[in-house]
Amino acid sequence: MTVTGSYYLTFAAVLFSIGAVGLLLRRNVLVMFMCVELMLNAVNVTFVTFSKMLDDISGQTIVFFVLVVAAAEVAVGLAIIVAIFRRRHGSATADDIDLLKG
Amino acid sequence: METFLFFVAAGLALAGALGVVLNRNPVHSALSLVLTLLTIAVLFLLQGAELVAAVQVIVYASAIVVLFLFVIMLLGVDKEESLGEPFHFQRPAAVALGVIALAEIVFLAGHEWATGAHATRGGLNAGTGGNVERVARSLFTDFVWAFEITAVLLVLAVVGAVVLARRSHLSPDDIENGEPGDSEAEVVHP
Repeated sequence: MTVTGSYYLTFAAVLFSIGAVGLLLRRNVLVMFMCVELMLNAVNVTFVTFSKMLDDISGQTIVFFVLVVAAAEVAVGLAIIVAIFRRRHGSATADDIDLLKG
Repeated sequence: METFLFFVAAGLALAGALGVVLNRNPVHSALSLVLTLLTIAVLFLLQGAELVAAVQVIVYASAIVVLFLFVIMLLGVDKEESLGEPFHFQRPAAVALGVIALAEIVFLAGHEWATGAHATRGGLNAGTGGNVERVARSLFTDFVWAFEITAVLLVLAVVGAVVLARRSHLSPDDIENGEPGDSEAEVVHP
């Protein structure tokens, strides 16, 4: 039994779905952020798998750009979370950020 | 051997992902995230992407998770979350949507197949040198414009983080009453 590319793709799909469900389920903004990281990693696995299946190096190069975007997103996102926590004094859920609610 | 490693690594990664979602304590979620990221690095190694695996360990499993833990500890939110539902049916709806998305992806992956041209940008084993050299050649020739743009993106992210995390002189009461404080704080008035 050999591990083909579709195994990796299925694994990435399951990982992405777990991340998406977590994003919808959890209300702690930090954990929601970690779920976004899970989804980005699933996409990275898909990129590397297609890179191997199509014998093309650019799939691995794209992973670096995904990494840069993830790092920038974490920096800005955590700054937003810190700013929210300062104003809200310790409440950690996304439900408390409802200033724009109609 | 590869089969064994794949199933162990994939199982651990999925277990870590479930741990991120299901743990009530954010610190435990972050530690589960480390497990997932490290086992994904193993999967990269299995596919011959050595440089990506190394960067995954250095950047993701180290730097980003440390940043997460740092913010958790800084804010002191390592207490458990009450998992009450704000809306009815939120949890079943979330799980149902996740299952639908998974079924859709697996259906598409099983029925349609990747039909791209092979090795348009240089093959995995073409030319001389190892994986690192090939990725570097691709990065600094075909993708050099995108590579330069990432520098701008990172600078913007750093400036944005500094502006957002700067301590404002406004108290939350001022904001809710719509009375801005001094002119310096007015910059960050939402």
